[in-house]
Amino acid sequence: MTRLLQILFFALVVRPVLMVVLGVHVRRRELLPREGPAVIIANHNSHLDTLTLMALYPLRDLHRLRPVAAMDYFLRNRFMRWLAEDLIGIIPVNRVKGAKEGANPLAGAEAALDRGQILILFPEGSRGEAERMAQFRKGIAHLAKARPDVPVTPVFMHGLGKALPKGSFTLVPFNCDVFVGPPLRWSGDIDGFVEAARGAVEALAAEAHVPDWE
Amino acid sequence: MLGLAPEVWWTLAGIFAVLVAATVLVRLIEGPGDPANPSELASRTRSWWFMVTVFTIAMVTWREVSTVFLALVSFMALKEYLSLIPTRRIDRWVILWAYLAIPVQFYWAHVSWYGMFIVFVPVWMFLFFPIVMALRGETEGFLRAVGTLSWGLMICVFAISHTAMLLALDGVSDHAAGGAGLLLFLVIATQFNDVAQFTWGKLCKGRFIGRIVPSVSPNKTWEGFLGGLLTIAALSAVMGPFLTPMNAAWSALAGALIAVAGFSGDVTMSAFKRDLGVKDASHLIPGHGGILDRVDSLTYAAPVFYHFYFFFFVTEWPG
Repeated sequence: MTRLLQILFFALVVRPVLMVVLGVHVRRRELLPREGPAVIIANHNSHLDTLTLMALYPLRDLHRLRPVAAMDYFLRNRFMRWLAEDLIGIIPVNRVKGAKEGANPLAGAEAALDRGQILILFPEGSRGEAERMAQFRKGIAHLAKARPDVPVTPVFMHGLGKALPKGSFTLVPFNCDVFVGPPLRWSGDIDGFVEAARGAVEALAAEAHVPDWE
Repeated sequence: MLGLAPEVWWTLAGIFAVLVAATVLVRLIEGPGDPANPSELASRTRSWWFMVTVFTIAMVTWREVSTVFLALVSFMALKEYLSLIPTRRIDRWVILWAYLAIPVQFYWAHVSWYGMFIVFVPVWMFLFFPIVMALRGETEGFLRAVGTLSWGLMICVFAISHTAMLLALDGVSDHAAGGAGLLLFLVIATQFNDVAQFTWGKLCKGRFIGRIVPSVSPNKTWEGFLGGLLTIAALSAVMGPFLTPMNAAWSALAGALIAVAGFSGDVTMSAFKRDLGVKDASHLIPGHGGILDRVDSLTYAAPVFYHFYFFFFVTEWPG
């Protein structure tokens, strides 16, 4: 039932909006992982990021896509919880510092990979200021270390932060671009992997025409 | 839907015949190729099929559909424009308002309200957006923001809306093909001029006279321009009396004017893109680039042809 609702939501709401109001253009779509387990990492500017990445997949694959998202934000009330967990299918992560000692915040993500799902992860940890890339957190490297055989595909997105930035609920039409890069593998070093992941997304950003937005 | 004159149907059928011929020609020149990875010419032709089909459906159904279709073209052009240029965060709301100018402008066209149509963007929107921006209190980059938004609205909304205004000339012309005939005449002449200039340019390869403005558009040659102009003038002389109230001589003149205007729109848009450092405005239409790359010549040809026709042939405005 929820799966049907999810398919309808993407077919009737998300896709038409992305196609008509926004106009999403993807470069090298064929590099997106077809099968799980796999991880997609992307820069984060807008709530539309998750929806856009999910909408790039066929409707029948939607339930295999699992965005990793902040527990404190998305589970803050019952409606948000339903939207995030049931309709979108997020894996909640506790990003608040001082979480219970010894608990693995990525346990849910690792379990999803073990079930062959495709994770969507934003290593900046937050949308931050739209269209500006922040530092990458180390979570992605810990996940890659825990599941070293899983490919990590870098993606750079531009334009969605202008269409719907943090703090705004009004969608303003802008074209947006999605750039997909070749997958990364665990390199054996936490800091090195974070660096490589950010480098890969930045290399994709260099391809884009990004007009000033100040 | 059934109100369209036989001339319009014949012309549309003619366009499809040309498309079939072009597809066969491309196939003969290039061979079957790889269907998954088509050459630029092949994907260009394929996109033409798509665009002509959508345009035909928009033309032959109802006038409401035609006008909404033209408004959507305007919307996609403005969106592409605003996505390419530098904008200010604070102007997000102003930009949303700018999009809302599109349905209003096309509404004036739809109800044939010439007085409002002709002043809404150049007067009211032109005055409205700067004061809204000023009231937001941010002066840094003010002139650039006002200037770029005004130019974008004039090109992508005002200029393109003249296509819808041609449809509204239905009651004015006593020719059976009416407004649809005028719009078809304009669109065929403009689009075919693009193809003709390109083809003449390739055939002559700048052998005789040379390039016109190499720093803006290195592929534009005098041979292409003049070849296109003569081709379109000749084509228009045949097509005009069939589709519009103009006789052969007036049609040839209109065709020549459209060729000059189409060239101007093309080069103007090239200068704009070159300034921003992009080759194509987007990747919406495979083989063509963005919507702005396809309608660039129309942004000049539509107002020029409309006002040419209005001046010489519309003696009495109904209502």
